[in-house]
Amino acid sequence: MNAKDKPVISIKDLVVGFGDQTVLDHLSLDVRKGEILGVVGKSGGGKSVLLRTIIGLLPKWHGKIEVLGVDLDTATEQERRVLERRWGVLFQQGALFSSLTVRQNVQFPMRENLEISQRLMDEMALAKLDMVGLTPIDAEKFPAELSGGMTKRAALARALALDPEIVFLDEPTSGLDPIAAGDFDALIKTLQHTLGLTVYMNTHDLESLYTVCDRIAALADGRIVALGPMETMLECTHPWVQTYFQGKRGGMVTGRLEHVT
Amino acid sequence: MASDASLLTAKFEDGRLELAAGGAWTAANAGALETLVDGVAADAARARSVSIDMGGVREFDTFGAWLLERLMRQWRGTGGAASIVGMPEHDQTLLKEMSGVNLEPAPASAKENALVAALAALGKGTTGFGRDLLIFANMLGAIGMAGARVLARPRDFRFTSAVNQLDRVCWQAVPIILLITFLIGAIIAQQGIFHFRKFGAEMYAVDLVGILILREVGVLIVAIMVAGRSGSSYTAELGSMMMREEVDALRTMGFDPVEVLILPRVLVLIVALPVLTFLGSMAALYGGGLVAWLYGGMSPEIYISRLEDAISLTHFKVGMIKAPFMGLVIGVVACAEGLLVKGSAESLGLQTTASVVKSIFLVIVLDGLFAIFFASIGM
Repeated sequence: MNAKDKPVISIKDLVVGFGDQTVLDHLSLDVRKGEILGVVGKSGGGKSVLLRTIIGLLPKWHGKIEVLGVDLDTATEQERRVLERRWGVLFQQGALFSSLTVRQNVQFPMRENLEISQRLMDEMALAKLDMVGLTPIDAEKFPAELSGGMTKRAALARALALDPEIVFLDEPTSGLDPIAAGDFDALIKTLQHTLGLTVYMNTHDLESLYTVCDRIAALADGRIVALGPMETMLECTHPWVQTYFQGKRGGMVTGRLEHVT
Repeated sequence: MASDASLLTAKFEDGRLELAAGGAWTAANAGALETLVDGVAADAARARSVSIDMGGVREFDTFGAWLLERLMRQWRGTGGAASIVGMPEHDQTLLKEMSGVNLEPAPASAKENALVAALAALGKGTTGFGRDLLIFANMLGAIGMAGARVLARPRDFRFTSAVNQLDRVCWQAVPIILLITFLIGAIIAQQGIFHFRKFGAEMYAVDLVGILILREVGVLIVAIMVAGRSGSSYTAELGSMMMREEVDALRTMGFDPVEVLILPRVLVLIVALPVLTFLGSMAALYGGGLVAWLYGGMSPEIYISRLEDAISLTHFKVGMIKAPFMGLVIGVVACAEGLLVKGSAESLGLQTTASVVKSIFLVIVLDGLFAIFFASIGM
């Protein structure tokens, strides 16, 4: 197997739960290099739990997770730190540091991990903000002064600060108006193209799933019940997946898309 | 990892500068790259034409792309011809992306005159003090109004909330208040006995302990403890509710946040402070008596009978009358500061600090005013 075909994230037989409740039940999933994977599932169905387990914020009961060929369980502190520099995470609420300006937020990972001059750091921060569509004036604002869409953009700029190979996006378009959400989708697609990113995205947004995702993973009953491009989802016989994609809202988008194509 | 030299090598010939880039032009090497790029930028000024061969670059990311773009801009600025050769198409997309950024210079932060800044800070501080008084007066008025409304319709009073707060503010504070005041009473007695012994006036140490504790120290120590313990938690609670828009939610549902959140808390403090002051004063007198017995050799019977002579009900009343007012001040300051919290975690911290500092300051000022008042009415 050569390096190209090796999945960047490989999850095998993962079990995660809280107390006596099992949330993820023997789940397996591979994410390929350079793809945008959309993960769908019920609210409270374990999407965020899966994401947080992959990045090591939640303990797992059983199973094996490898990210970029590194197993977080067996990795040394040093390997872990190196790995954490190679991914970026966009949290659902942005999780910007509220006492720092947007520019300082983006510079924070650079300051901690790279030895570069303040000038280059300023230029890079503004460049990253420019890439996500924020102006130098926004850069001097504090997170509390930003709108929802700007917070997401700023948080994405921070996630991209160190040019990661993988970005994890937790509901990137939730709380955005359809136009802003569409812009955000286009932005993710552009960044994936120019930076060669692998994107792991939790989402509820059917539009996002149609327009940007290369593959979709449907999470139900604690495991992946369907995996593949949109056609696979539409053909899937699992009742939840059917309701999701063929239901009233799903059907509207599917219908429109079929109409267009 | 590639050594610094192989990242960028320069060859200068007949006014032509030829650069060969190699290795990983990525974030990890950004520090070294920046030095190299700045180094060749100076050479380039002397060259008529410059070409850079990117063929040897294994990895390329936005850091590398920006440094290259920065170099190209400098060259274009000096009017020299510059060309890039051997760059893969994928990297060109990235470079193109970077060519659009940082076109306008970053807004420079205006440098202020230090003297002007100091004067401005002084002015802001002064008006801020006045504004604080206004805010506290406003809060006091709002609590008064809410209190009047609740008196008219007692069923609206948040009784459950008040009992819960009373448990936290009063009951759970008892052990620490007893301990601290006990120690303070013991220390005052020890110091009194130690110094009065020189004049053979040890008996008067009992007067010192009794009067000082009942009139001043008991209530002050308790008020300061409560400001630090409960005032800060009120500010933090209300502040985080402000941050998460819970207070706004209450308001839109037609509830008055002052009536729902603040009135029970402030009333509880007004009840709790006299109770804690009484318990604290007793603990302090007990501590003083213990020290008088063990350190001063004064038997408990003598201590008690001396205490009966030294103190009167007036001293006790002076202390107890002050207590509810101190509770009111702490409550008003803590709640007013809590409602001033803005969106950030930093603002929550600032406001909580301000709450404790201001309420302790006002407690001491109030104590001074009471001292003048009681002196003038002869208590």
